[in-house]
Amino acid sequence: MAGFNKVVSTYQEAMEGLTDHMTVIAGGFGLCGIPEGLIQEIKNKGTRDLTIVSNNCGVDDFGLGLLLKDRQIKKMVSSYVGENAEFERQYLSGELEVELTPQGTLAEKIRAGGAGIPAFYTATGYGTPVADNKEVKTFNDRPYILEESITGDFAIIRAWKGDRMGNLVFRDTAMNFNPLAATAGKITVAEVEEIVEVGSLKPTEIHTPSIYVNRVIKGSFEKRIERLTVTQEQGL
Amino acid sequence: MALTRDQIAMRVAQELQDGYYVNLGIGIPTLVSNYVPRDIDVMLQSENGLLGMGPYPTEKEADADMINAGKETVTAVPGASIFSSAESFAMIRGGHVNLTVLGAFEVDQQGNIASYMVPGKLVKGMGGAMDLVAGAKRIIVTMTHTDKHGNAKLLKQCQLPLTGVNCVQKVVTDLAVLSIKDNAFYLDERAPGVSVDEIREKTAARLIIPNHVPEICFD
Repeated sequence: MAGFNKVVSTYQEAMEGLTDHMTVIAGGFGLCGIPEGLIQEIKNKGTRDLTIVSNNCGVDDFGLGLLLKDRQIKKMVSSYVGENAEFERQYLSGELEVELTPQGTLAEKIRAGGAGIPAFYTATGYGTPVADNKEVKTFNDRPYILEESITGDFAIIRAWKGDRMGNLVFRDTAMNFNPLAATAGKITVAEVEEIVEVGSLKPTEIHTPSIYVNRVIKGSFEKRIERLTVTQEQGL
Repeated sequence: MALTRDQIAMRVAQELQDGYYVNLGIGIPTLVSNYVPRDIDVMLQSENGLLGMGPYPTEKEADADMINAGKETVTAVPGASIFSSAESFAMIRGGHVNLTVLGAFEVDQQGNIASYMVPGKLVKGMGGAMDLVAGAKRIIVTMTHTDKHGNAKLLKQCQLPLTGVNCVQKVVTDLAVLSIKDNAFYLDERAPGVSVDEIREKTAARLIIPNHVPEICFD
């Protein structure tokens, strides 16, 4: 089954083929579930003029914010980008193009892209600036707008456990956009916390089937917490 | 007296029903979870992909992989489920969430809401708000009745770019509880000690005032 061994041992191999002007779909929500090492590798490669599709854009010194700092990103497709001062600067100065997309529409654009559906109708955004220049069609007396799906030259994702074939399991809410992103890349690279034996993941418990994944690399993660909120322990 | 943020949340909590799946936005809406009546069960949905959000963790339990849509560390209650963002918005868009509570800059008498951008200021994005107002069965907005300069936020027609159209059914402000129907705000309740005249003065929309407007009551 050498043909199904997708494990690579270096980040250079993991991101081989990424070139300027490509579109990269990145999993993660805020700093949760982001492929930290793969982002770092894009930074190291210095690839430029990238279109990045990701719900958020990291913070100034972590996650996708690293690529902003080096001005490697030409365009961001995101739903919320408020955590990043460098983002604000580049956006206001016109260096960075931003396509704000409602979060659910963004998720569905990626899901549909991976599922071979080129566009879909949604009520989300009807009557708002998001609907500008989009086709409107009424179904059952309700207006919907036509949204086109998204695919990427690369998808970079993070998983908890992965086997050599690329079957993946995600951990808690670090799942977020990762399983959809996995389906929508021409080349999908999964950075995992742990590589497990083929057969050790129960078939019914696999979140992302191996067919979507091209490369697997074992990463080590800082797992930075964006907003630590706690309750005091009782009776201690 | 105008209601405090917590009192607004307490009043919204009275709208919860046993068995509701609820999505709470950032700010005052989040406080609603502190006032869920003891005799009912609700499940909180967080749109990044968690149904059954629990309280904040202890410092020891806090886990970078376990967050809510506000990017805060949280826990899951027994019976919770975790899923992808596509699944999460399928349940939102598909009308499975009973109630969403969110803040706004403006609401108008057609039930339109503006909550995500002020032109000329930095646009941070709508996050999941457009999907929530288009998809949830019931939408309640919490906000102050006027902005900090005293301008009305309940309007005939929203001036700011819209988040959604014809979707808000109820508004709970620091001064009043109002429902929206037939192209008008109906004054249902007023904050204790706040006069109907004050509310009329601070509302720049068609306002229907019944003969008797009871005070908001907290039990």
